[in-house]
Amino acid sequence: MRRESGVFDVNYVQDMKIFRTKYHVIGMIALIAFFLSLPFFKNQFWLTFINSTAVTIIALQGLNILSGYCGQISIGHTAFMAVGAYSSTILAAQFGLPLWFCMIIGALCAGLIGILFGLPSLRVKGYYLALTTIAAQFIIIYLIKTPFPEITGGAIALQVPEFTLGGFKFETETHFYYLIITLLIMTTFFSKGVLRSKFGRAFIAIRDNDIAAEAMGINLYKYKLLAFFLGCFYAGFAGALWAAYARVISPDDFTLMNSIWQMGMLIIGGLGSTLGPFFGALFIKLLNEICLVAGPFISSIIPQIGAQISASLVEMSFGVAIILFLAFEPRGIAHRWEILKDSYRLWPFSY
Amino acid sequence: MPQLIVNNITLRFSGLTALSDVSFEVTKNEILAIIGPNGAGKTCLLNCISGFYKPQEGNMSFDGMDLITTPIYERTMKGIARTFQNIELFNGLTALDNIMAARHAHFKTGVIRSGIHFGKARDEEIYHREIVEQIIDFLEIKPVRKKIVGSLPYGMRKRVELGRALAVEPKLLLLDEPMSGMNVEEKEDMARFVIDIFEDKQIPIILIEHDMGVVMDISDRVMVLEFGKKIAEGIPDEIVKNEKVINAYLGQ
Ligand SMILES: Nc1ncnc2c1ncn2[C@@H]1O[C@H](COP(=O)(O)OP(=O)(O)OP(=O)(O)O)[C@@H](O)[C@H]1O
Ligand SMILES: [Mg+2]
Repeated sequence: MRRESGVFDVNYVQDMKIFRTKYHVIGMIALIAFFLSLPFFKNQFWLTFINSTAVTIIALQGLNILSGYCGQISIGHTAFMAVGAYSSTILAAQFGLPLWFCMIIGALCAGLIGILFGLPSLRVKGYYLALTTIAAQFIIIYLIKTPFPEITGGAIALQVPEFTLGGFKFETETHFYYLIITLLIMTTFFSKGVLRSKFGRAFIAIRDNDIAAEAMGINLYKYKLLAFFLGCFYAGFAGALWAAYARVISPDDFTLMNSIWQMGMLIIGGLGSTLGPFFGALFIKLLNEICLVAGPFISSIIPQIGAQISASLVEMSFGVAIILFLAFEPRGIAHRWEILKDSYRLWPFSY
Repeated sequence: MPQLIVNNITLRFSGLTALSDVSFEVTKNEILAIIGPNGAGKTCLLNCISGFYKPQEGNMSFDGMDLITTPIYERTMKGIARTFQNIELFNGLTALDNIMAARHAHFKTGVIRSGIHFGKARDEEIYHREIVEQIIDFLEIKPVRKKIVGSLPYGMRKRVELGRALAVEPKLLLLDEPMSGMNVEEKEDMARFVIDIFEDKQIPIILIEHDMGVVMDISDRVMVLEFGKKIAEGIPDEIVKNEKVINAYLGQ
C-alpha cells in the first residue's frame, strides 16, 4: 500500500494498523454515521436490499477464507448455510431455546460438518475437491428434504421462531437492519484479525505452495480443516441469521445454483481480499435489481421477446459479468479499487 | 548439539535406485558440502532428511528422534530447515510475509485471540516482526521487503528463501544449491551469508553445490555422490586428489 510521501511508520504497531492515517478514521466514522442514519430515510427497498446483501457478505467472508485465502475451492457453500439455518431453527423450534443461542450452535454445526466434507482435501486438490463440495450440496439438501420431513419441513417451507434479545423483539426491517449491520462489522473484524495473523499467512502459504508450507512447519491437515471449519462456520452463521430475518426457510433458498452464484460473486469481488466479499455481493445484487427493472422495460418496447425476459436477463448478465471479469480483471473489483485508490492518493504526482 | 545420523538408506523410484545404501553423520558444527554429477541423488538425499521422500530401507535420526516416521512439519518444528533447488516461495505474499510465515511454529496465540487481535496477539505479532526485520537486515533485502516475491529478481528470491529458512530458527540447515544460476558477485554475497550464519548461529549446515571453488572455500568436509552411491568423503584437500572423484567428474 502506498501513501503520501512524508507519512512513515515509526514502529511496527503503526505499520500493522488497518486504519493508518487520520483520513481513514474520519472516513470510517462518516461511513458508520451514514449507515446508522439510513433507516431514518424510511426507504424499505434499500433497507431490504442492504439486509439481504449484508447476510450474503457474511457468507462470502467464509467462502473467502476457505477458497480465496486457503485455496480450497468450494462449490457447495450454500449447503453449509442450510446446515446453519436448519439446525438453528430446529433447535429453537423443538427445544424452545433462544434463537440467538441456537444461531451460534447452528454455526458450530455447520463448521463441524464442514470439517467432515473437508476431509477429502487432505488427499485431493483443485477440480476433484470442487466436485466433492458439490457432493456436499446434494447430500445435505437431500437430508433436509427427504428422511425427516416432520422435523425439517421437507421440501416445503419451515417456520422460524421469533428473534428476541434481552426481551426485545426483532420485528421490523429496521430492527434487523441494525442487528445485521452490527454482526457484519463484527464478522468483518474477526476475519480480518484471523487473516492477518499466523493463521492467514498459513492459509495463503498452503494456497500458494503447499510443499513449502509444510517445510516451514505448517501442518497441512490441521490448517486445511481449520479453513473448512471457519469458512463453514461463517456460512452457517449467515444461514442462521438469514433464517431469523426471513422467518421462513426452504431447501430452495440453498441450491447448487446459489452456491455457484456465490463463487461468482467472490471472483468478481476479488478472491483473497478483505473487500472482495463486499464488492462482489454489492455488484451482483445491484446487477440483479437493474435486470429486474430493465426486463419488463425491454419487453414493453420489444413485445416479441416475451415477458419472461427478466429472469433470463439476470442469469445472462451474471454470465457475461463473470466472463468479462475473468478476461479483464481476474483479481476482481478489489484489485481495481486498490489501483484506483493509489493513483487518487498520489494525484497529481504519480511517482 | 543435536546429531544427524543417516544409516544405510536406499531410495527407489519404480525401477530407478536414486540412493543406494548411503550412510553419513553430522555430529559437530561444520559446513558439509555434498557434491556429485547431475542426477547423482543429492536432492533426493536432502528430501529424505526433510521428509519429502521416504527411503524404502535404512533409518535416520535427528536429535535422538527417529526421522522415518516423523511428518515433514514436525521435522521443521524440531529444527530442520531447508531451501529448495528450484525456488519454492509463497508467490502471493510479500518478502516480509514470506519470512513471517516461516515463524509459524513459534506463535502461540489461538484462532479466537488472533481474530480479536488485541493484547497478547498483537504483542506476539510485534515480537516476531522484530526478529524477521533483523533477518531482513542481515540478508540486505530491506528495500524489497514489502514487494510481492513473485515480482522479485531471481537472486533476491533466493535470499528470501534463505531468510525463510532462518526464521524457522534451525538447528540444522539444509541448502540445495543456494548459489546456482547466480553471477560471481551474487555468489560471493551468498557465500558470505552462509559463513556468517554458520559463525553466528553455531549450527551445522549441509550444502549442495556444483561450484567447486565455493565448495573448497567454505566447506569443512565434503561428501561425494555418484549414481546414488557415496563414493568419497573427507576434507576438501583430500577430495580434490581422490581418484574416484576425479573420474566421476571427468567421466561426465
Ligand atoms: N520424484 C521422482 N520420481 C522419479 N524419479 C526421481 C524423482 N526425484 C528424483 N528422481 C530421480 O532420481 C535421480 C536423482 O535425482 P536428484 O534430483 O537427487 O539429483 P541431483 O543430484 O540433485 O541432481 P542435480 O545436480 O541435477 O540437481 C535422478 O535420476 C532423478 O531423475
Ligand atoms: Mg538437485
